Amino acid sequence: MSTTADLPSPTLRTGTDGVPAVDPDAPAQTGKEFTSDQEVRWCPGCGDYAVLKAVQSFLPDLGLRRENIVFVSGIGCSSRFPYYLDTYGMHSIHGRAPAIATGIATTREDLSVWVVTGDGDALSIGGNHLVHALRRNVNMTILLFNNRIYGLTKGQYSPTSEAGKVTKSTPMGSVDHPFNPVSLALGAEATFVARTIDSDRKHLTQVLAAAAAHRGTSLVEIYQNCPIFNDGAFDAIKDRDTKADAIIPLEQGQPIRFGAPAEDGGGSRGLARDAGTGGVRVVDVAEVGLDALLVHDATRDDPTTAFAISRLTDAGYLRQSPIGIFRQVERPTYDDQARAQLSTARDAAPGDQADRLAALIGGGDTWTVV
Amino acid sequence: MATEVKQLDRVIIRFAGDSGDGMQLTGDRFTQESAAFGNDLVTLPNFPAEIRAPQGTLPGVSSFQVHFADHDILTAGDAPDVLVAMNPAALRANLPDLPRGATVIVDTHDFTTRNLAKAGYDANPLDSLDEPGSPLAEFAVHTVDLTGMTVGAVKEFGLSRKDASRAKNMFALGLLSWMYGRPTEHTEKFLHRRFSRVPDIRDANITAFKAGWAFGETTETFAVRYEVKPAPMAAGTYRNITGNLALAYGLVAAGVRSGLPVFLGSYPITPASDVLHELSKHKAFGVTTFQAEDEIAGIGAAIGASFSGALGVTTTSGPGVALKSESIGLAVMTELPLLVIDVQRGGPSTGLPTKTEQADLMQAMYGRNGEAPVPIVAPRSPADCFDAAIEAARIAVTYRTPVMLLSDGYLANGSEPWRIPEVDDLPVVDPGFATATNHVSTGKDGAETADFWPYLRDEATLARPWAVPGTAGLEHRIGGLEKGEGHGDISYDPANHERMVRTRQAKVDAVADSLPPLEVDDPSGQAKVLVIGWGSTYGPIGAGVRRVRRSGHHAAQVHLRHLNPFPHDLGEILGRYERVLVPEMNLGQLSTLLRARYLVDARGYHQVNGLPLKAAALAQAIGELVAEAEGVPLHELDLTAATSQEVHQ
Repeated sequence: MSTTADLPSPTLRTGTDGVPAVDPDAPAQTGKEFTSDQEVRWCPGCGDYAVLKAVQSFLPDLGLRRENIVFVSGIGCSSRFPYYLDTYGMHSIHGRAPAIATGIATTREDLSVWVVTGDGDALSIGGNHLVHALRRNVNMTILLFNNRIYGLTKGQYSPTSEAGKVTKSTPMGSVDHPFNPVSLALGAEATFVARTIDSDRKHLTQVLAAAAAHRGTSLVEIYQNCPIFNDGAFDAIKDRDTKADAIIPLEQGQPIRFGAPAEDGGGSRGLARDAGTGGVRVVDVAEVGLDALLVHDATRDDPTTAFAISRLTDAGYLRQSPIGIFRQVERPTYDDQARAQLSTARDAAPGDQADRLAALIGGGDTWTVV
Repeated sequence: MATEVKQLDRVIIRFAGDSGDGMQLTGDRFTQESAAFGNDLVTLPNFPAEIRAPQGTLPGVSSFQVHFADHDILTAGDAPDVLVAMNPAALRANLPDLPRGATVIVDTHDFTTRNLAKAGYDANPLDSLDEPGSPLAEFAVHTVDLTGMTVGAVKEFGLSRKDASRAKNMFALGLLSWMYGRPTEHTEKFLHRRFSRVPDIRDANITAFKAGWAFGETTETFAVRYEVKPAPMAAGTYRNITGNLALAYGLVAAGVRSGLPVFLGSYPITPASDVLHELSKHKAFGVTTFQAEDEIAGIGAAIGASFSGALGVTTTSGPGVALKSESIGLAVMTELPLLVIDVQRGGPSTGLPTKTEQADLMQAMYGRNGEAPVPIVAPRSPADCFDAAIEAARIAVTYRTPVMLLSDGYLANGSEPWRIPEVDDLPVVDPGFATATNHVSTGKDGAETADFWPYLRDEATLARPWAVPGTAGLEHRIGGLEKGEGHGDISYDPANHERMVRTRQAKVDAVADSLPPLEVDDPSGQAKVLVIGWGSTYGPIGAGVRRVRRSGHHAAQVHLRHLNPFPHDLGEILGRYERVLVPEMNLGQLSTLLRARYLVDARGYHQVNGLPLKAAALAQAIGELVAEAEGVPLHELDLTAATSQEVHQ
């Protein structure tokens, strides 16, 4: 007969609790200290450079000891990332980084664990590990570089490429329907889901800080341009003339508005609930009035609204996309609970390990031959 | 009436019934009683892959064979002396295995028209026992309504007829316990524990057990009781243990003796799941068990744990190893300690999940892309799984390498008495973590800086340093891309790749330097035939060799625990014998390796029917080679001597 165990419920903590901090009296760490001696080998103009730079200058702000930070990656252009950081790191195999990181995070509470992955690595070959890491809520931060193309294998469509995409492997256009990584993560009940852009360093850094502070699995989708095989995929949200209409900014506690400024300085368009479908739709602010706008609340436990917002991302060529933190809720993490079970068991079985081992193997029905 | 008591040297009993009849439990209890009594014993559980195959059918038959003796024995026995059959299907499925004269005890209750038809009987074979041509004519058959008597015995507890009849296995156990003079107190205690929450079921089972005993004592059906005296064994405290339990204990012990926390990443798979179940109970030893989303995540998490300074372990069976292959390659490349435990079953593909086979040797040896050598360790008996687990951990940690441990379904579920070792006598495994920089680099300006090279090797073992995250100053990156020798940075240099491929091979080869000489069992020193095996065939091969020797001829036996690398003296030993026979539960995997490596005319003996090798057939095969080598006609070798003997005092 199975019973539901009474799980110890650890106090909710921030993402880096338990990771040793630098000596407050020591000189501040610099981005240079986090930069390894390896030559960076991405194509000129690759969005990965901007993200690397942002991460290198952000990591010192965490105030954690460098030796207690681990970056794990899979395979793909972005997965070379760990080589360029002077922390502990593993460039593993295709799609498996979340599984490896789960082992690291569960074994060692004192490590800050990061996964760097791409749209092919995380959503194709490694899709299973990604959704299970998210559902378990293992304390790690996953940076998913989404360039909507396979770069390292030279230009095949990826699971986030728009339908109809003509590539080397799809001369007549892809007939695959793409994943929306944010919708997928929310469907897996991820506790922290955000989207940011490689070229917006300030926003990227803010999202990284929030993700690191979150205890549990944080998924950060980073729109990242591949200048060689998918150049311009994110032009609409990067171009000065179009980005106001393309980016739907998500700011905690604020009505969601975007587009050309209205009279009050805020966007002339916004998001409101659709009474007919139960979803969320784009509205004209002047038409519906400010009070009708949806106020963003990422901390809402029910992921329904976050999911509805995520559906406003274009599945085809990207002309519109919500950017920011979609969901940020607290739920006990897998690794904290697993460690709590270990310490509960240890507390219940005091004494020398060798003695307890002798008792274990000498247990059961025994007999003695003299 | 006075029951006659006969002394026997050994007995093989097979309990057989429907998969819901509790035959595994019955066999296990009889085994525990025999172990407590002091017999040597070996068991062979045999059950279908389906949890409940259609009731009463031949595919649904589950059996448990126990061989117990007053002397040292090696196998669960080729053929049962006694069959307990709980229904027509169990009778029909097991009759072909019985030797003439065997005792058959049949529960008549289920011999209904419907159940007879399900088992493929046109007529009830019990009705024609004395008629010529009866399928049971050659056997001593006892027909007993075990179920009916059980229901009658437990009437006072007011159970439904179905629940009451479920205690019939304990009635049968009680009867057999009486017949062979087994001690009963352990089983009574066990039933108390097992059913402590359901008092009426508990009492019914205990009552049925006692009623079975009493039935044997009072009825005139059974005129003879048998006695099998305790076997002489080395002094010590013993318990009966299955391979999977011994393996789990070995992993816990490896953690204690290395000071490393054990991390098991695993996905449930038959017949390996019991190791996961068992380890999940030992959190107090710092053992973490992670039930992963798939086989790949299981090994991936174990690799992550090893990188973090734990003893990473993954447990699986053949299909799981196939899925883990790329990850094993990563562990080869990153040179991290890792245990990959393959409890082999019948293959290919899903194959025979609950049956045994040893056809994953080549997969363990070569089943990866690139030159990816992995040390291989194989236990030879259920209890030996304990020592093999510690040995695998020693190699993995000392040489910073994944190690394959090849158990199999027979070892996993079979059991034997185990002399419990002293903890202080177990090997100590030293993780030897790197704690300081190991290299001095000179910059362009001539300035020297101390740094850490993750691939700078130990000269003797060729192992690289194991620097775990959290160690200041030793930050480094590893991965699946080829490493530059020493510094470990990515390198596509052709000469470096050649060097690294050869170095990884040399490191695994160097494990042989740490191995003891092989034990050659050749008591007369006159053998011309060497029989060599690995894994769970140890028992049957040993029994086969004994028969040849009893016939007055000579045969030597060597059993390999290390399949990669082979021990240094193996080539020389093979060269000493005129004939080499390699019995395996596959189509010749070890023999292929031996032929390739030593250019020896190793002849194979192959059986792939999901069951352990049989001593009689092996004796015949060994005998043929002995006859050939010694120049005697085969018929001069008496290889029988198999049936149990009455002991006269």
